Amino acid sequence: MTCKEFLALLDDLIDDEVTPGMRTELQTHLGRCGHCEVVLNTTRKTIEIYRSHEIYDLPTGLRERLHAAIMSRCKKGC
Amino acid sequence: MPMPTIQSIEGQLEPHPDVALVAKVRGGDVSAYDTLVRKYERQLFRIAQHITQNREDAEDVMQDAFLKAYEKLEQFQGNSKFYTWLVRIAVNESLMRLRKRRTGRMVSIDEDIETDEGSVPRDLADWAPDPEQNYGQAELAEILRKTIQGLPQGFRIVFVLRDVEGLSTEETAETLGLSVPAVKSRLLRARLQLRERLSRYFHKKKRLMETGIVK
Repeated sequence: MTCKEFLALLDDLIDDEVTPGMRTELQTHLGRCGHCEVVLNTTRKTIEIYRSHEIYDLPTGLRERLHAAIMSRCKKGC
Repeated sequence: MPMPTIQSIEGQLEPHPDVALVAKVRGGDVSAYDTLVRKYERQLFRIAQHITQNREDAEDVMQDAFLKAYEKLEQFQGNSKFYTWLVRIAVNESLMRLRKRRTGRMVSIDEDIETDEGSVPRDLADWAPDPEQNYGQAELAEILRKTIQGLPQGFRIVFVLRDVEGLSTEETAETLGLSVPAVKSRLLRARLQLRERLSRYFHKKKRLMETGIVK
């Protein structure tokens, strides 16, 4: 397997959507290619960081304003 | 009509908890809608902010999306998850908001995606074991914001829906009106571009630490 072929299957590996046979091939490639190992690990880390950090705080008072807006619609006929 | 279900521990199919809440709202219980709002407000605000890249617009979009969903609740079919239905409304509202801001120019999620940047990884040095710990919370958030804002919109939306908000590939495709292969291709490029861009920050800090410039 070449690095290009590995890269084409990177997402499937990360999302655990590879067959056992394909996984073995990918692992074999990883065992002898430090570069692809770095790409795999840092791509996984990239996803994890974005998943676990709140980068946009919810504005204060937004929920209350929304609640008031919904109640006002409700009074108009729900 | 089939109801959205989740697999219970015992292996039996149970209705998704949102189904009961939606039924309550339809029955006139507004407080059940508050529960749904609290459950999904953060996700909707994040999605709106990622698409509009503007805080005020994101606030308006979130509010409009929840109001629209409330008013159109009768149209919710129940054969998709309430959350993905809500996300679809928020994505459409966000794109409409962008269109308004750009004085009517069509806004498409296909914009700016003709780039090969990051498709072939160039930065191949490893990161520190927990690179985010080298930064304060606010500094890290700023780095993550700047980095993702620099992605082409068509990649950014796919990454946010799929990787941050947890939609499946199929749900992301349906929400954005894209094919599954198109979502997969964009997701790979989005992940690789983000990785490449983040590498700059995480390496620099790591190298500085190794040379003793930064502790």
